[in-house]
Amino acid sequence: MPLVLTEEQSMLRDSARGFINEKAPVAHLRKMRDERDATGFSRDLWKGFAEMGFAGLLVPENFGGSGLGAVEAGIVLEEIGRNLMPSPFLSTAVLAVSALTRGNAEQQAAYLPKIADGSLIAALAVDEGAKHRPLNIAMQAVRAGNGFKLNGAKALVVDGHVADLLIVAARTGGNAGERGGLTLFLVDPKAKGVSVERTVMVDAHNAARINFDNVEVSADAVLGEVDQGSDLLDAVLNIGRGAVASEMVGLSEEVFNRTVTYLKERKQFGKLIGEFQALQHRAATLYIDIEISRAATLKALQTLDQDAAKASHAVSVAKARAGTTATRAVQEGVQMHGGMGMTDQFDIGLFMKRARVCQELFGDDNYHAERLAEARQY
Amino acid sequence: MSDLDQFRRETRAWLEANCPPEMRNPVATDDDVFWGGRNTKFSSEAQKVWFERMRDKGWTVPDWPKQYGGGGLDGAEAKVLREEMAAMGARPPLSSFGIWMLGPALLKYGTEEQKAEHLPKITAGLIRWCQGYSEPNAGSDLASLQTRAESDGDDYVITGQKIWTSYANYADWIFCLVRTDPTAKKHDGISFILFDMASKGVSTKPILLISGKSPFCETFFDGVRVPKSHVVGTVNRGWDVAKYLLQHERAMISGLGDRSVGRPLGQIAADSIGSDAQGKLDDPILRGQIAAFEVDEAALACAAERAVDLAKAGQGHPAFSSAMKYYGTELNKRRYEILMSAGGIDALEWESPRSREGARPRAWLRTKANSIEGGTSEVMLGIVAKRILDLPGA
Repeated sequence: MPLVLTEEQSMLRDSARGFINEKAPVAHLRKMRDERDATGFSRDLWKGFAEMGFAGLLVPENFGGSGLGAVEAGIVLEEIGRNLMPSPFLSTAVLAVSALTRGNAEQQAAYLPKIADGSLIAALAVDEGAKHRPLNIAMQAVRAGNGFKLNGAKALVVDGHVADLLIVAARTGGNAGERGGLTLFLVDPKAKGVSVERTVMVDAHNAARINFDNVEVSADAVLGEVDQGSDLLDAVLNIGRGAVASEMVGLSEEVFNRTVTYLKERKQFGKLIGEFQALQHRAATLYIDIEISRAATLKALQTLDQDAAKASHAVSVAKARAGTTATRAVQEGVQMHGGMGMTDQFDIGLFMKRARVCQELFGDDNYHAERLAEARQY
Repeated sequence: MSDLDQFRRETRAWLEANCPPEMRNPVATDDDVFWGGRNTKFSSEAQKVWFERMRDKGWTVPDWPKQYGGGGLDGAEAKVLREEMAAMGARPPLSSFGIWMLGPALLKYGTEEQKAEHLPKITAGLIRWCQGYSEPNAGSDLASLQTRAESDGDDYVITGQKIWTSYANYADWIFCLVRTDPTAKKHDGISFILFDMASKGVSTKPILLISGKSPFCETFFDGVRVPKSHVVGTVNRGWDVAKYLLQHERAMISGLGDRSVGRPLGQIAADSIGSDAQGKLDDPILRGQIAAFEVDEAALACAAERAVDLAKAGQGHPAFSSAMKYYGTELNKRRYEILMSAGGIDALEWESPRSREGARPRAWLRTKANSIEGGTSEVMLGIVAKRILDLPGA
């Protein structure tokens, strides 16, 4: 498959770009932050997203969605990245849908239509420690009666503070570090013993820390098979990684475009600063980094759609490369904007903050390079 | 089954039946490369058989028109053939500056007579070409070249010197930039001309490099007579041809580091350094460097694939080959720094059968030219800044 967007995909990009540019430019995030909005996102906009068909992009058609794939998810995330739009798209439309479509018929019927129509927000709870280490999950799920009792704590649960449904990875067996013994559960955040703390993050986006204290769930709450959750979790995380890589490509390119524009406007020493070769060459290498990250990301998304079981390598390449590039893009953005880049009034700093969060989401560049080394056994 | 799937199946079967086993492992030394030409010799029977079968199929240059001995494949079919050859580790049957550089320029700028004369001899490996571009005082500033071509009846008389002419001492013909109008501005008085290296007045002198090898020559022209009909494109507009050809040269050089087949770098390193109890390379920092390198290498391969697909879709930027050339060559240098570090003391040996006469350190030193030849990294970044980013005064 050619590494270019199809006509339909280009149309999707244009419609996502049009909608987000108009309704949620960076000023939208800034307003949410400055007004200390209680939820940190706009429910009206999420409804609008659903009406445009974006919330149900990955939901199968028989549940009211469009039945599209990772490439399309990445296209929307790229536009979200350009505008730093706070949106449950990643948590709900991408991660939760990817998990739920791997559930049983009842689970799909119960949740997927509500996600597609924008009435249900869902969040994936995986990480526990400071770094993304899915196999190190320690949260316990012990059999109790017909169901399970959950105990433990999750961090960086994206949109966990507003979720109507939590998808929680816990241990029904095995020890931290082992692939076996992981199970995914569907948990009602209003259930007894669940306590949700909204965490105000550096990027003014939305996440939560969630505690589970003897939370009782029924056997029906198990998503997939007991003890066999690793493969399912990998598949869901891989789509999330590809999607976040795409968000980073979008934000990198936006920062880059703003920076190049500035190089063509700002004068010092009687010259446009874009005339200085020291800056030209740095801009050129950054452009190349972004192009390479874009190609690797599209490759990963296409592979996820064509042969998801074999996508880990391409996904790790994309997440690592896009992460390194985004980190560089935002730093060059601030540096080349000089003192203006350090001001809160200027948007570049907001991109830097979001890039830092995107790096950590589902494994940073080091994590994914390590994954490559392990897969190649050296 | 789509036509393309059908083509893939047939191609795979044909390659399985026709590619000798000896031609299915990575190129290790210069002997493994077949360059063609009047004085060429095959280094093995397998190399000969492989070349002849591919030539007869038109697959020495799969995407050139059949009338010139190419395969007539469209872009998608050529990609399938590349993928299938890569999957079995099949070597290119013929390496040639005629294929990579001159051919594309002739297809775009050549007359029908020129194409009919030269392209079939390229696809059949009969003529080996070299490139007369750089001069002692025209390196990065190539357009300041001074080799003169003076009009004399139906001929030009060419006098001057080229340098860094790759394999000029083995080449049969040269494609050469000469100044046909010394009074014009520097980009406007240049012509692109073809002539036989056996012509009277041509001489070459190999240049010994830090690798201990001499892939480049100084090339001297002392009153060489060349028919005016050998000019490609318009007289005094040779810079257009030169630039177009450079795009192809840069795309070719950026692909030199492609090691999608063969042993992963981490395992090559483990062969010499060893592994710890967990099976991890016994040099954790080098291991991290290799992993980061492999991320970049894999990402570059995606970008190369995408560049071809974009060009096919009419969405490519003509200067993008400069971006790829920059990244590919810097990456190849990094690869060889890692290989030298991984090889440690063993990689220092310069002469011995054990070290295959210092193959690794010589290859390491050779890569240092990658970011100089065909336009330096700094020139590439300048082109990206000017032509793609449209930065001022670049």
